[in-house]
Amino acid sequence: MMNKEEYKKHVSKTCPKTKEWRTMLLAFIVGGTICMIGEGFRDLYTEVIPKFNSTQVTSLVTITMIFFGSLFTGLGLYDKLGRYAGAGSVIPITGFANSVVSPAVEFNREGLFYGVMSNMFVVAGPIIVSGVVWSVLVGLIYFIVGVAV
Amino acid sequence: MEIFLLYLRVFATGGTFCLIGQILINKTKMNTARILVLFLSIGVILEATGLWMYVEGFGASGATIPIVGFGASLARGAINGAKIGILPALTMGLESVAGGLTAVIVFGLFFGLVSRSRTKKM
Repeated sequence: MMNKEEYKKHVSKTCPKTKEWRTMLLAFIVGGTICMIGEGFRDLYTEVIPKFNSTQVTSLVTITMIFFGSLFTGLGLYDKLGRYAGAGSVIPITGFANSVVSPAVEFNREGLFYGVMSNMFVVAGPIIVSGVVWSVLVGLIYFIVGVAV
Repeated sequence: MEIFLLYLRVFATGGTFCLIGQILINKTKMNTARILVLFLSIGVILEATGLWMYVEGFGASGATIPIVGFGASLARGAINGAKIGILPALTMGLESVAGGLTAVIVFGLFFGLVSRSRTKKM
């Protein structure tokens, strides 16, 4: 009998290594490309709406990327991309949109309230909670340090 | 040439974040939510320690489009709020990501309702 540790070692030895390199390369290329598309939108908005400052443009680019992330998840294409791209489709903000829309689509047969609205944040919930808690912590620390100094 | 180099930096920075995420997935079998929370936290810490401006200065959208940028934006809002008072210190973090959050909720609801539910193929 092998114990857990030995089994893990055995698995890591026998697993094909080449595939790992392929997933890493695909994640790099897809993630980089999504970010370049975002930069493209940034250039476009800076050109078209010159009165927007850089923070507003960043916000608008984020909203645009979330729109396309949601759209392609709704069409079922984003999950297909995710099968090849792995983290390349998860880490960009479009992956955040995907994590919200994907369960919403999955449960929409169960209706608006208990299906879509209740399940939207099944995956994204921890992200929102940790984000808000982080923000409060950082704000408090900076406020206290600012008062003390 | 200038613009080509900018897009190359964006590609390299965004790609590197995703590459690190993929290595974590390969080595630790972390799931999507954990990876996203981890990267959000990295963004918060980078902004809170003042290192984020260098990352964003180099990577532009390659730094802001990944979820780390979302975390950095949260922390920047909170830091700016802390200069004004205690209440803004607590609320301005969320304010700075309000656009993204609103978009996720509204588009999520819309596309969640109009899309046909599929059985997930594993």
